[in-house]
Order: sequence, then structure tokens, then C-alpha cells
Amino acid sequence: MAQATADHGEHEATTTGLNHRKMLMWAFLGSDCMFFGSLIATYLVYKNRSLEGPLPIDVFSIPTTSVSTFVLLMSSMSMVLAYSALRRNRMKTFRVWLASTAIMGMTFLAFQVFEFRVFANHEVVVDCHAPIGELSIVELSVRNDKTVGCEATGHDEVEKQVGLTPKTNLFGSTFFTLTGFHGAHVTIGVIWLLTMFFLSFKKGMVTPERNLDLDLAALYWHFVDIVWIIIFTVVYLFGVFPGFA
Amino acid sequence: MSTVPFAIPRPTYPTGVWSWITTIDHKKIGVLYGVTAFVLFIIGGLEALLMRIQLTSSNQDIVSPEVFNQLFTMHGTTMIFLAVMPLSAAFFNFVIPLQIGARDVAFPRLNAFSYWTFLGGAILLNSSWFLGGATNAGWFGYAPLTSIEQNPGHGIDFWIISLQVLGVASLAAAFNFVVTIINMRAPGMSFMRLPLFTWMTFITAILLVLAFPVITVALIELYMDRTFGMNFFNVAAGGDPVLWQHLFWVFGHPEVYILILPAMGIVSEIIPTFSKKPLFGYGTVVLAGAIIAFMGWMVWSHHMFTVGLGPIPTSVFVITTMAIAVPTGIKVFNWMATIWGGSVDFKAPMLFAVGFIALFTIGGLSGVMHAAASSDAQQQDTYFIVAHIHYVLFGGAIVAIIGGIYYWFPKITGRMYNEMMAKVNFWVMFIGMNMAFFPMHFLGLDGMPRRIYTYDSNMGWDFWNGVSTVGVLVLGTSFLIFIINIVTSWRSGETAEADPWDGRTLEWSIASPPPEYNFEVIPTVYDRDAWWAEKRGKVQHGVPVGGGSDEEEHSIHMPQPSYWPLIVSIGLIISAYGLVFHSGNFIVASVGLLIGVIGVYAWAFEPVNEPE
Repeated sequence: MAQATADHGEHEATTTGLNHRKMLMWAFLGSDCMFFGSLIATYLVYKNRSLEGPLPIDVFSIPTTSVSTFVLLMSSMSMVLAYSALRRNRMKTFRVWLASTAIMGMTFLAFQVFEFRVFANHEVVVDCHAPIGELSIVELSVRNDKTVGCEATGHDEVEKQVGLTPKTNLFGSTFFTLTGFHGAHVTIGVIWLLTMFFLSFKKGMVTPERNLDLDLAALYWHFVDIVWIIIFTVVYLFGVFPGFA
Repeated sequence: MSTVPFAIPRPTYPTGVWSWITTIDHKKIGVLYGVTAFVLFIIGGLEALLMRIQLTSSNQDIVSPEVFNQLFTMHGTTMIFLAVMPLSAAFFNFVIPLQIGARDVAFPRLNAFSYWTFLGGAILLNSSWFLGGATNAGWFGYAPLTSIEQNPGHGIDFWIISLQVLGVASLAAAFNFVVTIINMRAPGMSFMRLPLFTWMTFITAILLVLAFPVITVALIELYMDRTFGMNFFNVAAGGDPVLWQHLFWVFGHPEVYILILPAMGIVSEIIPTFSKKPLFGYGTVVLAGAIIAFMGWMVWSHHMFTVGLGPIPTSVFVITTMAIAVPTGIKVFNWMATIWGGSVDFKAPMLFAVGFIALFTIGGLSGVMHAAASSDAQQQDTYFIVAHIHYVLFGGAIVAIIGGIYYWFPKITGRMYNEMMAKVNFWVMFIGMNMAFFPMHFLGLDGMPRRIYTYDSNMGWDFWNGVSTVGVLVLGTSFLIFIINIVTSWRSGETAEADPWDGRTLEWSIASPPPEYNFEVIPTVYDRDAWWAEKRGKVQHGVPVGGGSDEEEHSIHMPQPSYWPLIVSIGLIISAYGLVFHSGNFIVASVGLLIGVIGVYAWAFEPVNEPE
């Protein structure tokens, strides 16, 4: 639809004066709020109800995810700069910022793939002399493991690979489904931005007069960003910091 | 647009099958929706008939318990998602642009996409009968009945995926109608001048936009469990089947209002027209509709009173559920006050509208009875509930929809239906409906559980079950009369005038059937009941928008037909079959996705109108 209605779309008389496509995008985002709301609600209902580990406290690395969160937030800024440049007909600047936005989106996705792989290969290392009360569920299970556990081996320190996959526990199922669907949204956004980037080299396809096409992509992009801020807070930060976890 | 990729010639079929396949005219799409949904309604009705025949008397084995489970599940799913919702959508499509004085909906191609996707979802769901058996866990699909261990066949997968496909169709249509109603009203058509049917459609569309994502997530979680061994509803891993119930009914209760609000809109159009009075308390009826939609989100747990949520939540949901009867009651009184003192003309649509009020009120009253949790504990899962839902969904939604079909039949086809046959149709339907469903109250209070495939003769349930089955046969007869009336009238009925009922709203101001562009001149609206006001000379004549009518006629650019909505839908359906029969790899699903993506791109680069 991006190009289609643009020919007459932006100057079309509407009852409210707002463009049809922009209103459609807002309605879609309203619907998408309920979509992510339901996924986040499921996550929260099942929080702390997994019967076995690993749990958020075992796998999350807040510094790593903070970096990818920062990159995604910065992509929203470059999106704004791209839009502003297009409105002022500075096509080169526009392309630089648009490409930056897409690249930052892809960086975020790369972090997510990396993170998923690390979680799936999670290694648990347990100090056999640590007080039992301070161990997490998964550490306790490794400590008491019948083949590689402390008593079985008699070592001072034991380790075992206990990966987190969608099948592992409730945390795995809810976490991967929620962040996976967010990642799918980012992927669609990146494809959309790259499409606009390559179109901008064709004459008359991306112009200041037709900035609505980019405006819609930007609305979507910012929305996906905001959803990540909520996920990062509710899932990552609340999952790790004492008092919330 | 020489740079358009995937260019294929634009379809230009004035008549014939291809003109329907490539159409993006809201009126044609409305007719497609109506006819398709009616066929599916008949299929759902035949499923019900089989169940009724099985239950006519005790200890029968005409159908096996396994088939019976599939029958009641498919009957419920079909009637809700494939019959009542798309029948309402048929009216949205045909009537809304005409009522608000527009030439089409805001996104004509998206509208075509909605229809084809709905059709694909309907085919997908019903093809399960021939591809290893239909779904059998009830239309609500409670966990853990749907788990892969309990239910290893493909039936549940068909149900999950087809509901997702139908959700896409409903959401696309809902977005379209939200934008159309907000943004395409004729000059002067303020919100408080909108016809009631348009208002109820608007509220329904908002409910759809917000409710469908919830069931989408629930179904995704279920699919993840079944396909990838996740734990959402896996009790062994700590999963909670009650979560499914919450997610399902958070969607499911707004869905109830998605089914009934359009019917209330139809009745609110018919009653004033045939009473020759404006609707009594217009603002109150609109507000009541909005309150119903809002409160519809606060009552879902009354479907779960026997789950054991504890006294506090149960009490809260008792109160909200009883409270939601108030706006519904307000509407009923407004309709009655509209008839009161009017010069009432009992044409067939009016009979159906009055029948709706009576039957829906009976269903509403038993609804208030379930709202009391203590009494609901006795009624839960009995035929008393079956009686209730059929009074509100058949006596309510379907009776109003049939009335609506008669009401708008002259506008849709340009021909009059046979009035005598329509009146007979009403009375046979009214008698059959009460014979079929009223005895279920007695059976339910006597303890007959729903969803059982047979019962023993010493239960004493034979008599009323027999009456009910005869009632269903009478109902079937009424639909035969309906089909004969519609088919013969469509082919050779009297030619209809533009305004056979002395209508109040703008659709009656144009020819029957309307020309492709609907309004030669976009009307200007000066009053509620715009067309009455104009006919009664209360207002000056509409001022044409954008200059004189000559100029206007040259500048009517209707959106042109397109292949792409259909192609995207086909991609989606291929994908859907791929998701049902994945056998570990998703090659077919990916091929479907690829077709869909190509279609979306081609759609995006295709202009609404070819440049001249």
C-alpha cells in the first residue's frame, strides 16, 4: 500500500482531515498493543512458576542487553532525523540516517540471535562449598546431580550445561515467544526500511511530497521500540534485580 | 508507473465470474460475504440437525460419540465465526458506505482481501472433515483437551490455524470500517447524526480491533505447545489450563457483543422506519451501545464461575455482569417507546425486528439468572445455558439478520421480495425457534448436561428432546421458505423503487440497486434521519461538493479491480495448510509466505487507479 494511494492519497479530502492510511496505522498499533499486552500478561502470570531452571537470574546479562537496548533506542532517533531530512529534501542525509536506522535494527537482531544462542548453551558452575541457601534452583540441581554433582565427583567446583530453550520450562516458553514475536516485528520493520532505502534511488518514489510513506514506517518503528522498552523493564530488569525478581 | 515490478495487466471484467473475483466494489463484496456466510450457516445448521436427530430419544446411536464431539465443536465454531460474524460483515460492506454518503470504503482492496481470506479460512476449517477429522474440543477449546497428548490428530491444528486466518480477515475488515466511518462521512454527517446501524458497526469494529489479538495470542501459545513442545498449558511443567480460559474469555465475551451489536443496529434501523417515528432516545441508544462495549471487557469471568476463583473475584464479576444488563434493558425500552404511538406497518422486516425484541429479552433474562454465581453453579454446562445462547444468538442475532436481509433486499437486488412468503417465513421461524429452544430450559433445569451424545430413558428427558427436534425441523422449513423467497424474488421479483419503505437514511435516496459510484453527488447532511428531513422539506437540497454535477460526473474515479488481494489471500491459505501439515519442516508454509509477500509488494506498487 505504501506507494499506491500516495498519488492522490495525501491530498484526499477526508472528514477529519487526517489521512486514511495514517488512521489505519494507528488502529493497527492499537490492536498490536493488545497483542503484546497478552503476551506480556502471560509472561507475568507464569513468572516464578517454573518448576526447574534456568531462571532469569541465571541467564540474563543486563550489561549485554543494555547495549542492544541502547542501539534500538538510538535507531528511533536516527529514524526521526531521516524523516526530518526527507521533509527538507536533503536526500543524501536522508539516506544516511535511514540506512543507519536499518543497520541499528539489524544490530539489535544480531544481539538477540547471539543472546538466544548463549541462553541455549548456558553453563552452570557451582562452588561446592557455597551455602545451599544461596543457590538458585538450577545451581542446586547441578550441585546434587547424580553424575556430575559435588557428592558424585567430590570436586570443589562442578559444572554442567543446562541450556534454556523454549521447551525447558515456563520461563523459556514465555520468554522466547514474547521476545521472538518482538524480533519478528523488528525484522518486518528492517525489511520495510530497506525497501524504502532502495526505492529512494528511483526517481519520484521517495520524495518530500510523499513523506507520509516514511511517516508510517516511522510510526511502526517507534512503536516496536516502545514495546522493547516495556519488555526490557518488565522481563529483564524486574527479572534480575532483588525486590522485583 | 512504468517502474512497477511484477506488472501484470490490470483486470477489466465488467461482468461474469472474473468481475466478481477481481471486484473491490463494497456492494459486490457485501453480496459475496452474505451468500458465502449463508451457505456456511446452512452447513452449521445441518450439523445441528444431525445432533438433534441423535438426541431425539434416549439411547440412540445414529452418530458415534467421536463424531458427536466434532459436530458440536464445528457447529459452534461455524455459527459464530463463519455465519453470524460474516453475515454482519455483509451488512457492514453493503450498507455502511451508503449510509454515510461515501462512494466506497477507505481501503477497497483491503476489503476484497478480507473477503477472500474469510473464504479461505472457512474452506480450511471445513476441509478438516475430509482430512483426518474435525476439531472436537468445543468451540472454546479448553486446555488440556487440546494438548497433543490428549488430541494427537490434526483437528485441533485445523481449528487453531483457521481461527487465525479468520482473525486476519476480521481484523482487516475492522481496521477498514473504523477508518471508513471516522473519515468518509458526507459533509454535515456528524457523529451524533450517524445512523444507528453505522454507530453499532463502529463500536463492533473497535471491539474487533481490540479483542482479536487476545485470541491470536492464546492460539499462538496453544500452537507452540502442540508443535514445538512448549509448556504454556502443560500442567507437568507448571502450566495453568485456567490461563487459557482467561485468555479465551477475555476475547470471548467482547466477541458476544461483536455478534449482537450489529443485530441491535439492524433492529434500530427497521423499527423507526416502520413506526414512522424517529428512534426514541437516539443519544441514549448510542451511549448504551458504547457502555455495553466498554463493560463487555469486565465480565469475562462469569464464564468461569465454577473454576473456583474465590469469593471476591466471583462477586465482582457477578456485579458487573448484572450491571451490563442495564444498558441492554435501556435499548429494549427505547425500541418499545419508538413503536409506542407510532403508525406501525407490520411488514416482514418489522415482524422480525419485534420478534427480535421478544426473543432477545427472553435470552437476556436467563442471562441475568446465570449472572448470579450461586445459581450459575447449578446451570453451568447444562441445556439451560444452551437455551440461553440460542435465544440471544438465534432469537437475537439471526432473527435480526434475516429481518435485515428482507429490509435491504430491495436496495441490494433492485427487486421486491414476496411479502406473503416473508410473513409466513417469520411465523414458521418464530414457532420453530421456540419449539426447538424453549424446552431446553426445562431439560437444563432437570439436569441434562450439554455435549452428551445420548442419555438413558429413565432420565425422563425423552419428551422435551423430541419436541426440540421437531422444532428444529420446523426451523429448517422456515429456512427453506426463506431460500425459495430470496431466489425467486431475486430472479423474477417485482422491480423495486428507490425508496420502498419511506426510509430515513441516505441509502434510500439513491437508485435500487445503487450505481457503482453510489452517489452522483455526495450528499450534504443537515439532520439526523437525513433522508426523511430532505423528503419532508425540512432542509434545503444538498449542496454538491466540488462544484456542479456535470463536473462531478467526469471526476468520479472509482477504484479499479485488482488481482492482488486474492493472491495475498491464496498465499495465506497455502501457508495455513503448511502450518497444519508441517511434519517438522515448514516448506509449504514458507512457499505460501513467499507468495503472500510478493502479493503485498505488488499490491503496494499498484496504483488505486491506473493513470489515464
